[in-house]
Amino acid sequence: MSKTNPKANKASGLPRKRFYRARAHSNPLSDSHFPVPISPSHVDYSLHFPHYFPSVKNDDKNNAKVFFPKASSKKIQFADIGCGFGGLLVDLSTLFPETLMIGMEIRDKVTEYVKERVLALREGNPGQYQNISVVRTNSMKYIPNYFEKGQLSKMFFLFPDPHFKEKNHRRRVISPQLLDEYAYTLEVGGIIYTITDVEELGEWMKNCLEGHPLFEAIGEEELNADPVVKLLSSATEEGKKVARNEGQTFLAVARRIASSVETEFGK
Amino acid sequence: MEEISIEEVENNDRELLEVAPALISVHPFEKSVVVAIGPELRVFDLEETDPMNIVEAYSNVLTVLCLFLCFCLDRGSRQISIVDDSGDPLHSHSIRAICFGANGSLFASAGDDKLVKIWSADSWKCIRTVLSEKRVSAVAISHDGLFVSFADKFGVVWVVGFGGDNEKNKAAPIFAHYCSIITSLLFSPDGRFIVSADRDFKIRATVFPRKPLNGAHEIQSFCLGHTEYISCLVFICTLEYPKGFLLSGSGDSTVRLWDFTSGSLLSTCEVGVQAGLVESNGKDEVLCPAVTDICASPDGSVVAVAIQRQIVTMGDIFSPTSLDMGSFGMHIWLVTGASNLPSFDSASLACVKVVSGFQKDSPHFTEHGPVMLENNDIPGGDKLLETMQGSISIENERKALGTAIEAVKKAMHNLLIKRQYSDEKREFRKRGRNDRKLKQ
Repeated sequence: MSKTNPKANKASGLPRKRFYRARAHSNPLSDSHFPVPISPSHVDYSLHFPHYFPSVKNDDKNNAKVFFPKASSKKIQFADIGCGFGGLLVDLSTLFPETLMIGMEIRDKVTEYVKERVLALREGNPGQYQNISVVRTNSMKYIPNYFEKGQLSKMFFLFPDPHFKEKNHRRRVISPQLLDEYAYTLEVGGIIYTITDVEELGEWMKNCLEGHPLFEAIGEEELNADPVVKLLSSATEEGKKVARNEGQTFLAVARRIASSVETEFGK
Repeated sequence: MEEISIEEVENNDRELLEVAPALISVHPFEKSVVVAIGPELRVFDLEETDPMNIVEAYSNVLTVLCLFLCFCLDRGSRQISIVDDSGDPLHSHSIRAICFGANGSLFASAGDDKLVKIWSADSWKCIRTVLSEKRVSAVAISHDGLFVSFADKFGVVWVVGFGGDNEKNKAAPIFAHYCSIITSLLFSPDGRFIVSADRDFKIRATVFPRKPLNGAHEIQSFCLGHTEYISCLVFICTLEYPKGFLLSGSGDSTVRLWDFTSGSLLSTCEVGVQAGLVESNGKDEVLCPAVTDICASPDGSVVAVAIQRQIVTMGDIFSPTSLDMGSFGMHIWLVTGASNLPSFDSASLACVKVVSGFQKDSPHFTEHGPVMLENNDIPGGDKLLETMQGSISIENERKALGTAIEAVKKAMHNLLIKRQYSDEKREFRKRGRNDRKLKQ
């Protein structure tokens, strides 16, 4: 399919970004006009991960069960919020080949690009990149529609919009209120990764995470040992740009901890 | 040409948005009834006769007559004038939310004037006025009466401490639905959770901490399943399940039953279909009348649902904007009406009705199920109607009331429904955007 895609690079088969130019920002406050699953059980995994969830319509139901006995219980565990052009997903895909992960992006053209990119990668590398996908959505509004309580083990927020003006702070993707929802979706022990090249925002995200009772900061040592941390600044387009300009990056990583109530009820 | 028409429509919409439905709230032990219409709170005291006695009294026509005479002699004594000596202003714009506390000692009202007023439900004195930054869309009082929680139109839920050391504290934000109008706010029967519903089809149950002023960060569950805005919530409690179940009504014309601790949907009732109100307008569209309010007897044996054309169990055309039931579950109190009607100079219109007879021991119990009480049979009788409606009979204003109901329906729709634009219209609305301007 990608061979006939006029927007793809002839040599690599990968889509070319210049055909997917988009406005740099999208209003997260506006009513959305894209479809949103009613609840996590309505998310169609066969669209995103056909290798693990063969479409039941085309295949014989019994066959599917025979060939993929364990697949049906698999759930998305990593979410890259505001995945942009999907650089991190692609790198993570090979690092955690058995983990399903999804990128969430609000700009439709960019989402389109990532979709094509994943399809091209799957075609070019048979058997690989079956565990990544992308969805166009407003994660600030619809995270609970995609993930159940405690479903995720890692969430990524790489180079989010800084929204400098104070009146626009509520548009920031990391905020004390939204962290409640991220804490809900993360399992206890799950990790939230944030990085930015804007010092003010870095400070803000760090303060939000430190101030939240359901998150604790992760120590330097553990960060250095985590292979994912290195990808944060190297895998994404934005990260590469910062590195090219020899800019500084500000990292804030935190772990979801159990609350007093959860401990009390032994959840 | 099109430009004018769209802008005109939007202006009309803005005017319509100001139309506020009449609200009704009953004291948990039916000691008093409050109707809020526009900025006005109309309070009526039912307490002079014990509610049980009222019921007994109705079984005997003679006694009813006597009671009626008493009211005539006693004019003015049971209409409560609300007092606010705090020097703070009374409500100046439409009240959007009212509620009694669980033990009936407190009452809260809030709305478009960004004031949350907390009243003593005995003396009807305003104990406290809290300033909100934004218009208030929902309000709830914690069961212990120590906290009042309210939600603003940007989806932020606030809490004010009440009594004790909390007296002077300002309202603190405790959690938020991301930029969505919160339509309903409720404490769970055991008081451990606060449940909030919004126009983005979401119901969220949050652990209400012991020190809520520091925020309520722990989400117990999301109840997801509605396909339109959620308009109302109510809890029911059975002896076997004291934690309670949650019922929600929505613009999608359904009422759903939830286990709110897990967020799982237990049952869906297509009330619009059941009431025979889902109609096809000839095209493919199906008009689903929105559920506007819900109330239930605490044990869940009676659940009443207001839907946008008429009440489910009733043949009579009466479309309540709000309904409530005391904890005895004897009467369903209904109100319909609106304020701030554009091109309408008469005073705010309201019409109050009472439904009874769904309990076997009720004097109004009939084989045919619940009945709408005649004006004379309403607890408080004509005196109450005069207080609540402005006049005993509103027969003459039937037509005006009809217009008011239509206006409320439109206003609710505009406020809560997500607008669907055709592609052309969407492009047209982007005309002022900077990147579009450069192209031309």
